[in-house]
Amino acid sequence: MKKTPWGTPMDDRVILRVGAKILIPFILLFALYVQFHGDYGPGGGFQAGVIFAAGFVLYGLIYGLENVKRALPPQAVYICSALGVLLFAGVGYVTMALGGAFLDYGVLAHDPEHGQHYGILLVELGVLITVFGVMVAVFYAFAGRGRVDK
Amino acid sequence: MVEFVDIALLVLLGITAFSIIRQKNLFAAVMMAGIYSLLSAALFVVMDAVDVAFTEAAVGAGISTILMLGTLALVGHNEHQPQHRPILPLFVVILTGAVLVYGTLDIPPFGDAANPAHHHVAPHYLEESEHEIGIPNVVTSVLASYRGYDTMGETTVIFAALVGVLLLLSLGPRPGRLASNGRATTIRDRDKPVSKEGMEEAQGDTLQVSDEENTLGDTNG
Repeated sequence: MKKTPWGTPMDDRVILRVGAKILIPFILLFALYVQFHGDYGPGGGFQAGVIFAAGFVLYGLIYGLENVKRALPPQAVYICSALGVLLFAGVGYVTMALGGAFLDYGVLAHDPEHGQHYGILLVELGVLITVFGVMVAVFYAFAGRGRVDK
Repeated sequence: MVEFVDIALLVLLGITAFSIIRQKNLFAAVMMAGIYSLLSAALFVVMDAVDVAFTEAAVGAGISTILMLGTLALVGHNEHQPQHRPILPLFVVILTGAVLVYGTLDIPPFGDAANPAHHHVAPHYLEESEHEIGIPNVVTSVLASYRGYDTMGETTVIFAALVGVLLLLSLGPRPGRLASNGRATTIRDRDKPVSKEGMEEAQGDTLQVSDEENTLGDTNG
């Protein structure tokens, strides 16, 4: 860890590289599980967003910042972090347009209970997108500083 | 049994906190902070707050450890010898701690059914959310629906935090981070004084920084 390994891929760490490659799909899948199982068990947008971001952070740690930025460009991350908030607030405005109060999901479907389900799904998705975007963007911001551009 | 687990976790928590204070190697301190978060998460599980524990484990032990490591990569591993005497900070910390402990004396007993927190809207949430929201996890119902405004505010705060971090870091000593967007290129003139400080701290990177300084000096003329 002496010299900011994040700029350079850990080419000589075979176990880390192979291990990360095996783990990352499961981390991302687990994040989605946490997201969509949040209605039934512990979890939700915040936790899922952090775990989803952790998958990309792990990739960046092992394979280098350049590679993870190619997989997920900083622009996309910035857009994500704003998009989630917009989605959340957008649900609120849609419910207002449909005649309910702000963030009153009951009006989203004929059955208020279904409306609540849709609303919570969309809102949690917004939280996921923002938290994911912010976490990865902050990681990019920190990791990118120790590196001299070629 | 629960008491035993509580005591064991709290003792470990205390040991970890004390080791963090004593530790001069910042890398070890960051790792200990991660362990501290993990132990807190375990305590939350014992208190049946699994959602909070989940967040603590993911954010406290996971992402913030990574970010602290990222900071360490910039500033070096070893704590500098403190310039000031530790008496006044120690006094302030002990006083604050004493006030906080004194404050806990007024807190209603943990898990007591007569607590005010269990008599306001909580019974309504617990009894009605199954019909009103239809989701088994009441925590999700409260977070996303009953308290939707709060959650939206939190999401906005996280977004605002990112904006703050990006603004602060884009003024930093090392340009080119945002070069693909062409944003950091216009504020290079301000980089010099900050860089000098950064050079002293980042012992491992001194050579690279000074190289960069030179090229910067050239471009700035």
